Amino acid sequence: MFGLEKKDLRLLMFVAGLTLLAPFLLNPFPEGSAMAQFNAGYPDLMQRFVIFGIFAIGFNILFGLTGYLSFGHAAFLGVGSYSAMWMFKLFGMNVIPALGLAIAMSGLFAIVIGYVSLRRSGIYFSILTLAFAMMSYALAYSVLATDMDGPDKQGLLQKGLTGGETGLQLTLQDPRILGAQTTESGNIPVPSLFGVEMRSATELNLGDWVFTFSAGYYFSGVIMLLAFYLSIRIFRSPFGMMLRAVKSNQQRLTYTGLNPKPYTLAAFVISGMYAGLAGGLMAAMDPLAGPERMFWTASGEVVLMTILGGAGTLIGPVLGAGAIKYMENILSKINSDILHTWFAFLPDGLENLIVGMIYPFIGKGWHLTLGIIFMLVVIFLPGGLVEGSQRIGRMFKRKQADDDKPTATTEPAE
Amino acid sequence: MEAIILQILNGLDKGSAYALIALGLTLIFGTLGVVNFAHGALFMMGAFCAVTFSNLLTLSYQSPEPTGTDFLGNPSYDDLFYVQQWFGEAAGAWMMDWAVPLSILFAIPVMISIGVIMERGLIKHFYKRPHADQILVTFGLAIVLQEVIKYYYGANPIPTPAPEVFRGSFDFGAALGFDPNVIIYPYWRLVYFGFAAIIIAAVFAFLQFTTFGMVVRAGMADRETVGLLGINIDRRFTIMFGIAAAVAGLAGVMYTPINSPNYHMGMDFLVLSFVVVVVGGMGSLPGAVLAGFLLGILESLASMSAVIDLIPGINQVIIYLVAIIILLTRPRGLMGRKGVMEE
Repeated sequence: MFGLEKKDLRLLMFVAGLTLLAPFLLNPFPEGSAMAQFNAGYPDLMQRFVIFGIFAIGFNILFGLTGYLSFGHAAFLGVGSYSAMWMFKLFGMNVIPALGLAIAMSGLFAIVIGYVSLRRSGIYFSILTLAFAMMSYALAYSVLATDMDGPDKQGLLQKGLTGGETGLQLTLQDPRILGAQTTESGNIPVPSLFGVEMRSATELNLGDWVFTFSAGYYFSGVIMLLAFYLSIRIFRSPFGMMLRAVKSNQQRLTYTGLNPKPYTLAAFVISGMYAGLAGGLMAAMDPLAGPERMFWTASGEVVLMTILGGAGTLIGPVLGAGAIKYMENILSKINSDILHTWFAFLPDGLENLIVGMIYPFIGKGWHLTLGIIFMLVVIFLPGGLVEGSQRIGRMFKRKQADDDKPTATTEPAE
Repeated sequence: MEAIILQILNGLDKGSAYALIALGLTLIFGTLGVVNFAHGALFMMGAFCAVTFSNLLTLSYQSPEPTGTDFLGNPSYDDLFYVQQWFGEAAGAWMMDWAVPLSILFAIPVMISIGVIMERGLIKHFYKRPHADQILVTFGLAIVLQEVIKYYYGANPIPTPAPEVFRGSFDFGAALGFDPNVIIYPYWRLVYFGFAAIIIAAVFAFLQFTTFGMVVRAGMADRETVGLLGINIDRRFTIMFGIAAAVAGLAGVMYTPINSPNYHMGMDFLVLSFVVVVVGGMGSLPGAVLAGFLLGILESLASMSAVIDLIPGINQVIIYLVAIIILLTRPRGLMGRKGVMEE
């Protein structure tokens, strides 16, 4: 089905199941219980899971397959966000054209940046992409935020193309030729898909559990599934094989008479378009775009996600994105009071000791945990979480095989 | 003309910091072949060495003042500094005033040991792994170091003043024969530039004129042969890592009066220092220093109002623009050696 092998189809179905059932799976603890703060099943966070999943899947097509480590991928994310915002401002709040423009614009950017950067490889490539991204950041922050047509002009370019530090926002004066300029109550309309507002959500109460199903989440979820499917196809295609060849030995590839440049450029542009799509989705979920999305730490984040999950594997980047966003949103919320309530059953001295030991790693210190986990993964598990789970799986299998053997030999003796 | 001189001077201190960090990066890359993304963190650790040392110097205890009472009638207390107790009133005050320069003495052993521990404990295991892995693991280490510092010192910048003597400004204009009060330059930045020049000269002299330096240079050229001659080159390279860490740390120590240190200052400098290293040419020490000063001065020149009026925003992007142009036209950077990190 879908032109996939059985194994890949199973993976796709697995991811599809996870995505569709996420509101249940991420909400395992009843409302109001002590563990409820570990629930990640609220729309805002689930949207971030899938959007950064798309970003990381795209980055993995470049880094995982060709081995080119780009430190400037956030530039495309920013370009996608800004393009989507302009589409909302000019034409209307439908998300489809906005995402279309986001993909197209980031693709164009990727062609230019990729064409120049891919002339070099290794660390030089990383620095070149970093330089381009930082240039985009600086331009979006300062130059493009000044009005180009004189200060007295009203409305659209009042704050330039990017809006500078405060970011690009929707206003009531935006033309929105194809849609309503304001809602009936006179507010700024929200992004929607043919009338279904991205923010709309229904809640389901089952006993103590509250599950939220948001239109925005399912829309991004379906797009992520499409993106994931496309990445499986790329991984299994002859084109994907060529990209792997670039990673394993570019010199040999050139000696056989093949030019690697078109392939790497195509991979770069595809992954840039994925990033643009993610950026556009971010703008669609929360209509706001700021320059900080292009800063190099944002590029570093997607590198962390991909490596943590497992570069070059299909599902790794999605897992990595989920893990990091989960830590960023859930781990950072825990404070020392919560820790004290958890360990309240211990004697006071021991309680304080344990809380004191855990405290640096949670709350505001979640970056420390992230850094340590990341280092451990790079040192011991170069294949990321995926390799880790495979190793554990193999360990169990071997154990099972060992368990099976003695029973097999004892049976005849009966 | 005055404006140009002023901007060149302004570029010197930033350029000195870039040059020092880039020098350390190049030392590590040239000797061990490791791309160290944690080098900015070492710069930051150096700055916090200065903070720690001045905190130590200003440790005090309270003692009741026999004569006085405060306005509520309670007995009042005096803050007594331990250094003043131990070394006498005047010497103690002098030490507290000169805390930043004195921290150099504290920072050198600390930074060398941090560097050696880092190399032996972590980086040693990454020689055989690809450059991408080295970048990633040192990037992770940088995050960890940064967060540890944040945990102990908080997220806010900590002001660390220069000694009283250097707090004023020097009127360059008057000295050069221009109108007075046009080209004013803080003393401490002059000190920083001079300090950077001394450190750079010391590193070069160490490599050029000592036997140890000679062996290290030989190892940079051909590690295997030096090893075959029965020299323990690994140990020397470890020491070079320590020295490179100390160079970055000292750059950080002396930078504290210019910019109050905060936990992410290293990352801000790191990105630019990498650009500097690549522009100068991977593995070339003179190239790193040259490119450091060049880019620092270019950055200041581009922020002159005349230039900004001509090309808006150029001050924000000039460094990256220059880096892109140089990387595409001179693949080895300004002074790169043949055969180092080439595709």
